[in-house]
Amino acid sequence: MKIQILGTGCAKCQKLAKHAEAAAQDLHLDYELVKVTDIKEITAFGVMMTPAIAIDGQVKLSGKVPSVDELKRLLTA
Amino acid sequence: MNNQSGAAPETEDTLPKSFLSNYLGLKIGLFLVAWFVIYRQLLTLSRYLTYDLIGLRPESHLGSAVEFFLYDTPKVLMLLVLVVFGVGILRSFITPELTRKILAGKRESTGNVLAALLGVVTPFCSCSAVPLFIGFVTAGIPLGITFSFLISAPMVNEIALVLLFGLLGWKVAALYFVTGIFIATVAGWTIGRLKLENHVEDWVREMHANRSEMPDTTMIWEERVGFGIDAVRDIVGKVWLYVVLGILAGAAIHGFVPENFMAGIMGKSAWWSVPASVLIGIPMYTNAAGIIPVVEALLGKGAALGTVLAFMMSVIALSFPEMVILRKVLKPRLIATFIGVVGAGIMLVGFLFNLVI
Repeated sequence: MKIQILGTGCAKCQKLAKHAEAAAQDLHLDYELVKVTDIKEITAFGVMMTPAIAIDGQVKLSGKVPSVDELKRLLTA
Repeated sequence: MNNQSGAAPETEDTLPKSFLSNYLGLKIGLFLVAWFVIYRQLLTLSRYLTYDLIGLRPESHLGSAVEFFLYDTPKVLMLLVLVVFGVGILRSFITPELTRKILAGKRESTGNVLAALLGVVTPFCSCSAVPLFIGFVTAGIPLGITFSFLISAPMVNEIALVLLFGLLGWKVAALYFVTGIFIATVAGWTIGRLKLENHVEDWVREMHANRSEMPDTTMIWEERVGFGIDAVRDIVGKVWLYVVLGILAGAAIHGFVPENFMAGIMGKSAWWSVPASVLIGIPMYTNAAGIIPVVEALLGKGAALGTVLAFMMSVIALSFPEMVILRKVLKPRLIATFIGVVGAGIMLVGFLFNLVI
């Protein structure tokens, strides 16, 4: 599973990455976490608000930092 | 909240909606009542604390400064919590995607007004100004309309309005709102007329509208309220210190700076003070929370309203860090035009108010 954190490196993006990491580890997933910080790549995903999270190339959430529980639900969906 | 980590979508495995919203309604109702009761006691409480408990004399400088601080700080913070919560819930309905959909295909003048208004309520942070700009432009929204949005979003916001309302009354808050929308509309329209499309960075223009469909984000009420609470935690958590420091500075000015001290520098008679205020405001970077209490105190010492409003708008709307962020998508000439047009609009408003009021 590929988890991508989209954000230019603001505090919220770091927090989102941390939450996603925690959620994926709790679920014992086989995952790869990538931070996408290049603005051109981020906009190529079509998001208008950072931070955003994409799972296997699909944007799941943007503009907010979800809780670890919320991320677990997204990761298992 | 939902503790299940199961795979079911979140709307189905929660309690029945009606039960949740009843319960939720009750909680919010209680919160509002408690808020109102406390809010009405603030003046009495601050007087009691200052003059009875601490024992300062009402006519002393220190007394008036302390009372100002003890009254205004909780008042502004409480207003902030209430409004940020309400706006947070409102914003859970208005995503940037929705705003883009509304603005796409709108004609220029109407589009500018609409964009300026939507800038107030759409969630916005200067760190995502770039993806938002690209999202708008690639969806075919004209440059001028996009700028109306980008000008109004930081300048006319709920924090500025709450502070103006709390410290200067509803008239000044309303004036700020109307002129802010006016500047955003006219400046955006002007930029649209100047035909500067080719001063957007080339890579942006080569991008195609990427319609990666966002998942449908219909939320239940519990989530919307959660969104509001998050907004309070996030925003009030970030600005409370500025509010306190700002009011502290304001209180000091109130108590110790002589009346009419500012009249010579920022008063009506000094015409050059409006452009000077705008120029000084551009490199200054603070949020509305820090600047407005100081502004309030300056007004009390003889500064003219137009000058002070111009200063404030310039500080909030034209910030250096945002220009650096926007430089990634705009060529220098467009940035310069942006600063020039918005600055001119703000100056105009400053002169106008100094003349009229």
